[in-house]
Amino acid sequence: MGSLLQVVFDALSLGSLYALGALGIALIFGVMRLVNFAHGDVIAFCVFALLWPSVDAVAIIFAGNLPWFLLIPFVLAIGAGLSVLSELLVFRRFRRANPATMMIASFALGFVIRYFLLMLFSSRPKSISLLPELSQPIEVLGARIPLLQLITILVTIAVLFGLTAFLRRTRFGLEMRAAAENFTMARMLGVRANRVIMGAFALSGALAAAIALILGSQTGTANIMMGANVMLMAFIATVIGGMGSLPGAVLAGFLIGAVATVMQVILPPDARAFRDAFVYAAVILVLIFRPQGILAARGTKERV
Amino acid sequence: MSLLTLSNVQVRYGRLTAVRGVSFSLTEGEILFITGPNGAGKSSLLRAIAGVVAPAGGRIDFADHDITGQAPEDIARLGLSMVPEGREVFGSLTIEENLMVGTGMHARERNWRVRAASELEAVYATFPILKDRRHAQAGLLSGGQQQMLVIGRALMTHPRLVAIDEPSLGLAPNITDQVYERLIALRAERKLTLLIVEQSSTRAMMVGGRMMLMRGGEILLDGDARALGQSEAMQAAYFGYGDH
Repeated sequence: MGSLLQVVFDALSLGSLYALGALGIALIFGVMRLVNFAHGDVIAFCVFALLWPSVDAVAIIFAGNLPWFLLIPFVLAIGAGLSVLSELLVFRRFRRANPATMMIASFALGFVIRYFLLMLFSSRPKSISLLPELSQPIEVLGARIPLLQLITILVTIAVLFGLTAFLRRTRFGLEMRAAAENFTMARMLGVRANRVIMGAFALSGALAAAIALILGSQTGTANIMMGANVMLMAFIATVIGGMGSLPGAVLAGFLIGAVATVMQVILPPDARAFRDAFVYAAVILVLIFRPQGILAARGTKERV
Repeated sequence: MSLLTLSNVQVRYGRLTAVRGVSFSLTEGEILFITGPNGAGKSSLLRAIAGVVAPAGGRIDFADHDITGQAPEDIARLGLSMVPEGREVFGSLTIEENLMVGTGMHARERNWRVRAASELEAVYATFPILKDRRHAQAGLLSGGQQQMLVIGRALMTHPRLVAIDEPSLGLAPNITDQVYERLIALRAERKLTLLIVEQSSTRAMMVGGRMMLMRGGEILLDGDARALGQSEAMQAAYFGYGDH
């Protein structure tokens, strides 16, 4: 019982990360038809924003020492800010370009951010202790669950409810959903294209920052590549979920988290090192049978 | 007083010229039909007026503003509401949400919520079927209901001019009758200016008003709908008998 519960919590907390990442990608894809591969580097940037530039193995904490009620808004603002900046400086100029061009621009932007971090911090992973109070385990129905895992899951659920309420109940959310379905029609009804797109980038960046906080506290390291792995899985989740479908992205994020965790348990020990290969095989199978994704999004209309 | 003025407007898609030098002006309260065969450039002309495509040449003025090449949202905010071909409802949104999208542009104004709510009631009064199904997904509506929804949605923006591209497309004739009945009533109630694109001239002859015939990207005829509709010049121009 205890170990089963442990697996469930592992699956949910890993799935949470993927779901948050997939949401960040799907939000932007919805309004812009852009697959933003720089998303992972925004995650890494948010973690490094807590440190002073240095090439030492032990990080010199800067904002990371803030109390949590300042730290969290600070990191969210960094993520949202960087994301909005990338729209203003880069993606706005590609608004009318085809999706492939935009995707390549996002790769390039990702590399710019990554190498900027590399210059300041070197490629050596640094140990940080972020929100250390969260790492002690707690007892849930006989299983020892790290408090952080529980908080990760709760935060994700809160984010999902908050985002749903925002999209369903606010005027801006309504405009965003309309724009995601048919951008030109929304504009012909007076919806401001720039505002909606900037809003999507801000939300997506804040989601990246949330992942950064969770990853940073979970792993206790700051690594330039830390966002890339999550980004890859999150991207796969948006594809499986149905490009642009927000519920699909979340569902698929949790699904991939569950599959990865279960494989970690059931695979023979020798094969566990190749877990990701099995996960990707499952992804291929899903896409063979449902190429449009689990929940296909409406509105594949042109943006402009 | 002229509400909309086009001077020598051209629309090109790459090498293809869809609209070659169209000029006309539309008075407040007028109803204008633009008819013409498939590929005449009618929809392209509307798209240029609404700002969806930037004109390759010429100038468009609306309500004392030069709107040539302006963004669609800015043109909409001046009071020009476009109902594009194929209706374009937001299928995953409910009917009420579809209607509310167009009210956001007035959010800076005082009492906009109250006004949006009364506007909503006015649209529901015109189209009771929309009220009955207000929480249904718009994608599930029939073609006629969708056409009513997009007209209602255009009204929610408080327009001075509504441009509609082929309102009868894919609708049964009796449903088209209903749609036109409402349009004519709305025009009288709200002093709307209407710009309607239709392939055939029969609707224009039934409703009356002004009619222009467009063919090959140009306006060939311009006059009273009923008089023009019965003329031989109309037949000849529509089918291009005079070309050879």
